[in-house]
Amino acid sequence: MAHVLILGGRSDIGLAFAHICAHNGHEVCLAARRPERLADDVRDIATRYQVHAETREFDAEDSGGHADWFNQLDQTPDIVLYAAGYLGDVEQATKDNAELERIMQVNARGAMTILEAAVRAMEHRGSGTIIGISSVAGERGRKSNYHYGAAKAALTTFLSGLRNRLSGTGIHVITVKPGFVATRMLQGMQTPAALTATPERCAADMYRAVQRGRDVVYSTWHWRYVMAVIRNIPERLFKKMSI
Amino acid sequence: MSTDQAGKTTALSGWGRFPVVEARESTFADESELRTILQEMNGGIARGLGRAYGDSALAGHVVSTRLYRRMLSFDGTSGLLHAQSGVSIADLLKVFVPRGWFPPVVPGTKYVTLGGAAAADIHGKNHHADSSFGAHIRGLRLMDGQGNIIDCSANDREDVFNSAVGGMGLAGVILDMTLQMQKVESAWITQHIELLPDLDAVIKAFERNAQTRYSVAWIDCLARGNKTGRSVLITGEHAQPDELPRAAQARPLASPPTRRLAFPFTMPAFMLNRISATLFNSLYFRLNSMKRGRSVVPYEPFFFPLDGIHNWNRAYGPQGFLQYQFVLPRGEEDALRLIIERISTSDSAPFLTVLKLFGPGRKTPLSFPLEGFTLALDFPRQPALFGLLDELDQITAQHGGRVYLCKDARLSAHNFRHMYPEHAAFAARRRVLDPNGTFNSLQSQRLGL
Repeated sequence: MAHVLILGGRSDIGLAFAHICAHNGHEVCLAARRPERLADDVRDIATRYQVHAETREFDAEDSGGHADWFNQLDQTPDIVLYAAGYLGDVEQATKDNAELERIMQVNARGAMTILEAAVRAMEHRGSGTIIGISSVAGERGRKSNYHYGAAKAALTTFLSGLRNRLSGTGIHVITVKPGFVATRMLQGMQTPAALTATPERCAADMYRAVQRGRDVVYSTWHWRYVMAVIRNIPERLFKKMSI
Repeated sequence: MSTDQAGKTTALSGWGRFPVVEARESTFADESELRTILQEMNGGIARGLGRAYGDSALAGHVVSTRLYRRMLSFDGTSGLLHAQSGVSIADLLKVFVPRGWFPPVVPGTKYVTLGGAAAADIHGKNHHADSSFGAHIRGLRLMDGQGNIIDCSANDREDVFNSAVGGMGLAGVILDMTLQMQKVESAWITQHIELLPDLDAVIKAFERNAQTRYSVAWIDCLARGNKTGRSVLITGEHAQPDELPRAAQARPLASPPTRRLAFPFTMPAFMLNRISATLFNSLYFRLNSMKRGRSVVPYEPFFFPLDGIHNWNRAYGPQGFLQYQFVLPRGEEDALRLIIERISTSDSAPFLTVLKLFGPGRKTPLSFPLEGFTLALDFPRQPALFGLLDELDQITAQHGGRVYLCKDARLSAHNFRHMYPEHAAFAARRRVLDPNGTFNSLQSQRLGL
């Protein structure tokens, strides 16, 4: 039995991952800014899978407090998932610095500060798994969400460097790049059905990546090829496109 | 944060794929989100997994319980489960069969939510022994049209409870409920299959099997003359561990893996006619005569034979299909015979027809079951069908029977009022719980409810 910490426990993918972990007999801790909103989810997990589940208050925007926050945990988790994410509003971010900063903070900076703290504890023990949910949006800037994409690109690069640094230490770093997932974040957007995964599917892909020791996973796998195409469109063409 | 999107609509239908409407769908994860949605809802209805066949869960605005499906607690001594309304029977089976508990009532598909099961006061193959779903709800919480939450049960705020159970979602949104689960010793059913040559024989067979927990008959509604009403009666009990196949005895509560097929295309309309229906029915009769007698089978194929085929509703072609289910009071078996004869000589050919003897009904004004025989038929949707069903409504109403609302898409307001004499009492309670008309379905509007 492992102990799993989910940062951003109220995200649909994070919660779905908690269910899969609990189903496989692992203890889960859901950390979110308003943990009281997860009270019923914790009861649900405990009722369904008969494992211990708990919530904890966590603010992805409080980078200054992240080191202390991690140090006061009762035990060092075996798996830490950073599932907090903020899509933001691209229009607003073009004129409002606060929106831009929030996008950068939740998706990139907050992930770096809390995961560095997690890695310090894991290095001390000599084992652990770090999972970061990045995005295919981080692979190429598009007018519809380029602030978010830039933040996810930073997260992807951070995770890649972290993996490089920790190679051979017993700590494994996984980058997850979901494409379209039918979550609250995308509610109201028209996405192609064939490329839209459920949060449960995405979480299952993540759990399999942990079991198999994978480094970078697209979810669903089709996106590896979709993004290969999108990355290779010449910029002079891409700048005129609307995708 | 309310998660609904103003303006966005999708094409929505019931399981029968008729009618289809453009609807806006909202979801909620907690009470406050639901309250926000209800504030701007004006004639909408709650929706679970969309297995109601007709237009019970259809409206211009539906509120889905998809994200409201948490199991809140379970007492392993008493078998009391506290769960939110979006939890499905499939969820319950997956979680609780391995622990030796079974839902008190299951319908013919496991893909229904607890909220839907309560709102339609569904029945199963054990109705004669255990009554309908609502009889096993120890308490529930309802959010009414004004966002108030009411705690109710058969003993406390009984008026509200009886409007929520069987109330087709018109009294409010069922939030969560406490359900009495039943103890089982295995994931298997001891099944008995018996062939019966005609209607008299199957009626007697149901009477003979009054003590058996589960019973249902498939009936060939196309057979005529002295074969009218020929049937296959299937009865069953939860099996004891020592009755199981030897290989299963070590882990009696484990479910053997079941294959899941998908119906791959929509059946072309020309394939659906009296000849193919007759062929299908004869084949079914023959296959079952080979399985005659006693056997021990996993619970899934016994309760949910069609769940093994994903999207089986496509088999009825692009026009969709209509389910028609009615019940006639005990003693009205002649009317039952009349209806079966009427169908067997009509131009509309039902594919799958199921007969069952209900036990006594409950006090809830819009609950369907009452003591007597119930017949459920599915017909491919063809223009001539509507006339036939109107005729069957007439016969049913004249003999004190009624049709099942969660399968209906076309009953008239006039016949509805005949069939459900307590409709006025229900409407009065509803006006108290929902004075602003927050809740309405296409069905409630059609029925003048």
